[in-house]
Amino acid sequence: METIDPKEKLAKANKKLGLKLLWLVGAALLFGFALVPLYNVMCTVTGLNGKTNATADSAKTHLDAKRTVTVEFTSSVMPGLSWDFYPKQPSIDVHPGQIATVLFVAKNVANEAVAGQAIPSVSPGLASPYFKKIECFCFTRQELKANETREMPLRFYVSPDIPEDVKVITLSYAFYNAVKTTN
Amino acid sequence: MSNATAVHHDAHDAHPTGIMRWLTTTNHKDIGTMYLTFSLIMFLVGGSMILGVRAELFKPGLQLMRPEFFNQLIGVHALVMIFAALMPAATGFANWMLPLQIGAPDMALPRLNNWGFWLLPPAAILLTLPFTLALFGIGDGAVATGWTMYAPLSVQGGIGVDFAIFSVHLLGISSVLGSINVIVTILNMRAPGMTLMKMPMFAWGWLITAFLLIATIPVLAGAVTMLLTDRHFGTHFFDAAGGGDPILFQHLFWFFGHPEVYILLLPVWGFMPQILQTFSRKPMYGYKAQVYSLWAIGALSVVVWAHHFFTVGMPVPALLYFMYSTMSISLPLAVLFYCWIATIWKGSLSFETPMLFAVGWIILFGIGGLTGLVLADVAADAQYHHSYFVVAHFHYTLFAGGIMGIMAGVYYWLPKMTGHMYNEKLGKIHFWLTAISFNMTFIPQFFLGLAGMPRRIPDYALQFAEFNMISSIAAFALGLSQLLFVYNIIMCVRGGKKATDKVWEGAQGLEWTLPSPPPYHSFTEQPTIK
Repeated sequence: METIDPKEKLAKANKKLGLKLLWLVGAALLFGFALVPLYNVMCTVTGLNGKTNATADSAKTHLDAKRTVTVEFTSSVMPGLSWDFYPKQPSIDVHPGQIATVLFVAKNVANEAVAGQAIPSVSPGLASPYFKKIECFCFTRQELKANETREMPLRFYVSPDIPEDVKVITLSYAFYNAVKTTN
Repeated sequence: MSNATAVHHDAHDAHPTGIMRWLTTTNHKDIGTMYLTFSLIMFLVGGSMILGVRAELFKPGLQLMRPEFFNQLIGVHALVMIFAALMPAATGFANWMLPLQIGAPDMALPRLNNWGFWLLPPAAILLTLPFTLALFGIGDGAVATGWTMYAPLSVQGGIGVDFAIFSVHLLGISSVLGSINVIVTILNMRAPGMTLMKMPMFAWGWLITAFLLIATIPVLAGAVTMLLTDRHFGTHFFDAAGGGDPILFQHLFWFFGHPEVYILLLPVWGFMPQILQTFSRKPMYGYKAQVYSLWAIGALSVVVWAHHFFTVGMPVPALLYFMYSTMSISLPLAVLFYCWIATIWKGSLSFETPMLFAVGWIILFGIGGLTGLVLADVAADAQYHHSYFVVAHFHYTLFAGGIMGIMAGVYYWLPKMTGHMYNEKLGKIHFWLTAISFNMTFIPQFFLGLAGMPRRIPDYALQFAEFNMISSIAAFALGLSQLLFVYNIIMCVRGGKKATDKVWEGAQGLEWTLPSPPPYHSFTEQPTIK
């Protein structure tokens, strides 16, 4: 009777294992893309990358007058946006739970109306969940008419739950052009 | 992808001649030769690029090139050396030697093997084509972001970035195909009686390499694909304005990038003990310990990636985790070093060229490993990050640990592959010139880095001038010394003293039981291992 050639058998086994490994490659590719939501979830849960809330927090809190936290402000304008943008004061000392209002100034130096979007970032990253914004110009895009200057308020408080060792928080705003331009 | 034809093909020795032989070949020796030749050519290409860089850095100020072109040279140099020189060299050895070492007639998937190789030349062309296009006024040159292609710089870059992305895709497919082939070959094609724990160490090194490639290359492919869609299709994976995060790219990149270091080194850690035992005329010390250490390093390599960007502003617990996990890799690595040294300890040593390279490799790679430990220290890294200290460190691991290791392998197996002995005297001169000029190139860079000279900048402050001059002169000496290597290989291929089957007095392993050069089809009847 016809016997199976061992070479044919081996070739078949090789092909089978090769295809199995190809599945592994596919799984690794999926894993690579799955890392994107995974990363975002990790960052939201832990506040690792200093992202803060994009919508308003409630103003309900209690004052902890025993402690003081310094909140520093920095600002930058990304390429593609012809604005001046800076905080009116470099820093402010607040008690946790104390609601403070600070002003940022944006000036459109272009001769046309431009919309911008501010992206906040908090450092140290672990402090970001405790930085509560009640009202912020970063919640929506801001449109400035040609050569218009606007003072934009930020109302915030630092949660009393913030770890004891955090004495200074730096809040950075980067203003982007809200209309994607082709480059 | 029918293997049946390839199997029947074994029955007779006829194969096409001329260019068609190389285009259509499914023979593991032919493909191995093509990989190694391609690797050598790209090694010279990548080397010439960096000599341009060193020429610019010879003196402070800008003399020879625009900063943009400088940026292109450093990035493409790295991509060429990593993906087109080191990785194909390791795959070339895998093709040539794995079937011979495990007593298999060929690689398991010969057609795939052919395809895997022929993806490489187009990839190399894609990577370097923008240089040429720029001469004709098309685009602004090759990828100028450094090989890491960090967003947002790479999102804003010119067409060179797109070419690099597609090149990385091709290179990735090629190495994934190669890896699948290696795994199937090792798992299915071993000679009867050769259990996994009787395998040659080279097979172990490559098996783990192949699994690492399969696990991490697709992640890189995904990351550069996201980059591509960010650039052209309005996605915002890495764009903070759209809710993305540029740091995400660094995580994705180094999730691939750190294991990649071990991908480049594990094949060398595989065959190096074989070279050491050959010229020590002793059995390998600590076979099991080495196998377990290779696995441990392979596993640890995928969980330490963030030590490449300690300075992005991670919280302290994350810094500590990545510091300690990175440092823990030095434990299995120390076991390997111990085994390598114990293998030559009290052996009957002789210092032919492969052994010179092997012993020099232990020392120089050791320096690379120890300086890596310094960089793994979070507190110290803040100072050394992105300085020339890092450049010197990874050249000790990848030039000394990688390329000088590959050179040891070339001298070790060249007589087996060609059937001729290479010029021993020239080989020794090549080793000494390489070792001395390599150290002269990179020792000054450690000090430049400690003194604060940043990497990837075409100009530098005046106080760095002397050390940069020394480094540049030595770099040219290092580059020119490699012409001896090329000459020696060419002369060895063309003729020379006949090599015996065993070649080296102390050689152990199946490949030395075959004639030199081995016949086109070998081990059609598999040997039995007791």
